[in-house]
Amino acid sequence: MNPDFLPAAKPISRLIEELNKLPGIGPKSAQRLAYHLLQAPAEKSRDLANAILGIKENLRLCSSCLNITDSDPCSICTDETRDMTKICIVEEPIDIMPLERTKKYRGLYHVLHGVISPSDGIKPEDLHIRELLDRLSRIEVTEVILATNPNLEGEATSMYIQRLIAPLGIRITRLARGLPYGGDLEYADDITLSRALEGRQEM
Amino acid sequence: MPSRVYQTEAIVIKRNKFGEADRLLTLYTPGYGKIRAIAKGAMRPGSKLGGNVELLTHSLLLLARGRNLDIVTQAQTIDNFIELKDNLDLISCGFYISELMDSFTEENAGDQALFNLLLNTLRDLSTVKGSDRILRYFEIHLLDHLGYRPQLGKCTGCSRPLPPEVNYFSPAHGGVVCRDCGYPDINARTLSVNALKVLRYWQQCDSASALKIKLNHELSRELKSALREYIKYILEKQLKSIDWLDELNADNGK
Repeated sequence: MNPDFLPAAKPISRLIEELNKLPGIGPKSAQRLAYHLLQAPAEKSRDLANAILGIKENLRLCSSCLNITDSDPCSICTDETRDMTKICIVEEPIDIMPLERTKKYRGLYHVLHGVISPSDGIKPEDLHIRELLDRLSRIEVTEVILATNPNLEGEATSMYIQRLIAPLGIRITRLARGLPYGGDLEYADDITLSRALEGRQEM
Repeated sequence: MPSRVYQTEAIVIKRNKFGEADRLLTLYTPGYGKIRAIAKGAMRPGSKLGGNVELLTHSLLLLARGRNLDIVTQAQTIDNFIELKDNLDLISCGFYISELMDSFTEENAGDQALFNLLLNTLRDLSTVKGSDRILRYFEIHLLDHLGYRPQLGKCTGCSRPLPPEVNYFSPAHGGVVCRDCGYPDINARTLSVNALKVLRYWQQCDSASALKIKLNHELSRELKSALREYIKYILEKQLKSIDWLDELNADNGK
C-alpha cells in the first residue's frame, strides 16, 4: 500500500502501512489500529514503541540453550532450582512457552531453530544440533526429551538426533503422541489413534 | 454449473504453512492430477483434518471449490504408510519421491496410472526391503508416464543396435548411445552391459518382478547416477532432497 494514495495525514498513513506488513493484519485492521493508537494517551504509544524497539536491541540467543534471552545465559539455564540433568529439545523458542505453562517440566531446554526439511533444502547442519552435542559432552545429562512437532519433518528430526546421540548412552525419550484433550475419537486420524493405542496406560 | 463439492482420493505430496494454523496442500489425485487446496486449522492439535492431510498420506477427501484454491472440508485416511514414517531412511525416500512428483507434474492433468505408480511405490517402501531398487523403479516409470522414457533399445545417435559392450548413457540424447556416438558427448557417462540389461528389464516389468532383481553395490550406484543425471538434465535443476538422502546413506555406510 503506498501511503501517498491514502486519504489520511502522512504520519498516520505511514503507520497504517507499517502495521499492514504484520502477519494477519489486513488493510482494514491496520487502519483501525492506527486510529486507535492516535486516540490513546501518548504514553501508551511510547510504551508500545519502546517494547518493539526493546526486542531488537536487547535480545540475543542464549549461548547454552539458544533460547531468545536478554541475559546470557538465559534465566532458565541459570535457575538453580531446575533439574540441570534433563534437556528438552524443541524446534522453536516459541515452543518453550506452552511446555512451561504445564508446570510439569523443570529441566532445561535446547532450541534447534528449525527442523530437517529436505524439500525446503533445510539440512541438519542448518540447525543447532552441533551445539547440542557439545553440550552433552560438556555436562552430565541423564535424559534427553525430544519435543519436536508430531509431523513428518519433526519426527525425522527426532529420529536423526536419536541416531546421533544413542552412542552416548543417555536415556532418550519423546513426548507421547495421542489424543488431544477435548477431542473426539470419531475425528481422530489413524496414526494418532494407533499411537494412542500403543501408548495406552494402566488405570 | 459444476457441483460445489467433489470427492477424490489424494496423496499429499507437499504442504506449506498458510496463515496462522492452516496448511496449503499440494495433492496428487487420480482424476485431477496435481491440485492445491487449503486445509483450514490443520496445524492445531485436535483438528479433524490434522493427521489425515499429513505429508505422504493417502486419503479420501471432500473438497469445496473455492475462488482460487479449493478447501478441504472432510478427510479420511486410507493408508498412512506408518512403517515408512517410523523409519528415518524411508522418510527421506518419501521426501525425495514427493519432491520428484511435485517437480515433474503439472496442475490439473489427471493420470490414474501415475497415481497408481505413486501409491504402489509408497506401499512398497513401507512393506518391502530394498529402498534403492524401489526408487529406481519409480524414477524409470515416472519418466515413462511423463513422456521422457529413455531410449534403451538402440543407439539414439546412429539408430544402430547397441553392441554388447560398455556403451554410454546420454541425458541430452534421451537414452543410450554407442561408443562412437557417445565419445564426443561430454555429458554422456559409461553404462555397463549389466546396467543396460536391468534398465531394459525394469522398463517393461511390474514392480514385484523388478524388486526380485539383486543388485550389487557397483551396479546400484551406476543406475542411480545415470537416472539422476537424466532427471537433473530434464528438470534443469538438482532436487533439494538428494543431498539429505546421500548424507543419510553415507552415515549408514551404503
